[in-house]
Amino acid sequence: MSSAAVVIIAILTLPAALAAATLQKLMHATLSFAVAVVGVAAFFFLLGAEFVGLVLVFVYIGAVAVLIVFTILLTRRDVGKDRAANWGGAFLAVAVFGGLTWAILKTQSVAVVAPHIRAVTVKRIGEALMTNYVWPLQCVGLLLTAALIGALVLVMEEKR
Amino acid sequence: MINQSIDGFLHPNVSKSVDQIFVYAKLWLLTWLTAAPGWVIQIASSLINIFALLGVFLTLFALMSVLERKILGRIQNRYGPNRVGPFGLLQPVADGIKMLIKEDIVPARADKLLHFLAPILIAAAAILALGVIPYGRNMTPFTIDGGILFFFAVGSTTELAVFMAGWGSNNKFSMLGAMRAIAQMISYELPLIITVLPVVMVVGSLTPDRIVAAQAGYTFGFVPRWFVFTPWGATAFILFFVSGLVESNRTPFDVPEGESEIVAGHMTEYSGFKYATFFMAEYIGMFAITGLAATLFLGGWHSPVSVLEFIPSYIWFFAKLSALLFVYIWLRGTLPRTRVDQIMNFAWKFMLPMSFTCVIAAAVWHYAGRGLRGWLWSLLVIAIVYTALSMLLDTQRKFAPRVYRFAE
Repeated sequence: MSSAAVVIIAILTLPAALAAATLQKLMHATLSFAVAVVGVAAFFFLLGAEFVGLVLVFVYIGAVAVLIVFTILLTRRDVGKDRAANWGGAFLAVAVFGGLTWAILKTQSVAVVAPHIRAVTVKRIGEALMTNYVWPLQCVGLLLTAALIGALVLVMEEKR
Repeated sequence: MINQSIDGFLHPNVSKSVDQIFVYAKLWLLTWLTAAPGWVIQIASSLINIFALLGVFLTLFALMSVLERKILGRIQNRYGPNRVGPFGLLQPVADGIKMLIKEDIVPARADKLLHFLAPILIAAAAILALGVIPYGRNMTPFTIDGGILFFFAVGSTTELAVFMAGWGSNNKFSMLGAMRAIAQMISYELPLIITVLPVVMVVGSLTPDRIVAAQAGYTFGFVPRWFVFTPWGATAFILFFVSGLVESNRTPFDVPEGESEIVAGHMTEYSGFKYATFFMAEYIGMFAITGLAATLFLGGWHSPVSVLEFIPSYIWFFAKLSALLFVYIWLRGTLPRTRVDQIMNFAWKFMLPMSFTCVIAAAVWHYAGRGLRGWLWSLLVIAIVYTALSMLLDTQRKFAPRVYRFAE
């Protein structure tokens, strides 16, 4: 049953991702992007990693997609016309895909069955973040705070 | 698993069987399928949950729409709807028929697909959020690890749906309404989520069932261990409730659909059944957020007094839900609409610092031993920050002539 689910999700996700890259209207592209993200989140759910799937939906639809949409609206300009095919981007995408496929086919670890993997609960992810990965977490926090302050400085009223 | 529970169904004690009547009813329905393969039973079980959820909440929506008008009428010293059926109770049926047979108008220059999809997406998000709330003992429709996270992840797609409605209508009122809605929804999502954090921290789990279980029992034998009875819990509850008001675009914060300024906001170009779907989504979103408030702070389905524990758990849950919904209606009948800039200032300058204070106060409460000492210390933290904030924000400011920066 799960292989059927993989096919169904892929049928929904791949056209949405393609549409996000190719559609003329930016708004439509953004919404297709959101659909593609839901598809990827569904894959994570299928693999039993609910937390990652939920965070994906939370961040990429609740924040990133809304941010893109907001940007489109605030920069009022007819963006429908000048969206030509980006051949450099397409080449890069194909190169990344080819590289990843080559790496996955070459690797040995996929074939290894791991029966003793424990279920990834939210609690375990939290413990890992607060013990082994506490420094990367703090660095990301610092980076985001710096970005936030930078955004505030940009829009601050000048004293006359 | 099914057989063992059915034994309990055959020899139950009375109070327990009334409490678990819906759970037993579902198990009894599933006994028809014992011969079927596992995945059929799984799908059937989900379908039963979905139909029960939809049935209960669509009925509640119909009831709420008429009761709201009755209560508002009472507040404004008039009768409210009283023509259709006894006490006007069949009014929702009449409204529904009217909405169904109205003409569905789509503007010629609208983005047809987005205009069509927006009401569906907004209703789907609201209904999905209902799925993770525990309505009674063993009565959570979908138990997932991280149910609270699911609630907010699903809720965040509402913003995109509002945007689709506003942009797809190709109308300046719709667009302005959508911009206002999203600005305030994003601003208040922060306090909404941060006020959940202290509860998650104290319980140590993102699962609603565990949060409800942590609020069982009574201190000194009569005060229930609900989080609303701790200083941080009470503050977080009030902040959560206000943010919930904003998220569901209810009256003191209903600028996105302020009819005196921008017609009906993002719903301007919707008519007939699509408008009804928006209306329904708004109410169901309201049920979801009040349900979560009851789960997080008001002890979920636990009874407030130990003597009344014989009353079934789901009755307690819906009693708390109704009480909170009544406050929603009461506020709508009492308060005027706030201005957009007031709403935004309130969010970033008051709500956000206060919600962070709740997190700190909960930590203080935990490390001071969760007793009377912790109670007083966390009260002190909240009182200090509240006083400092009201002095900093200068609430007694003298009013001066307005200075325009850009329109001179």
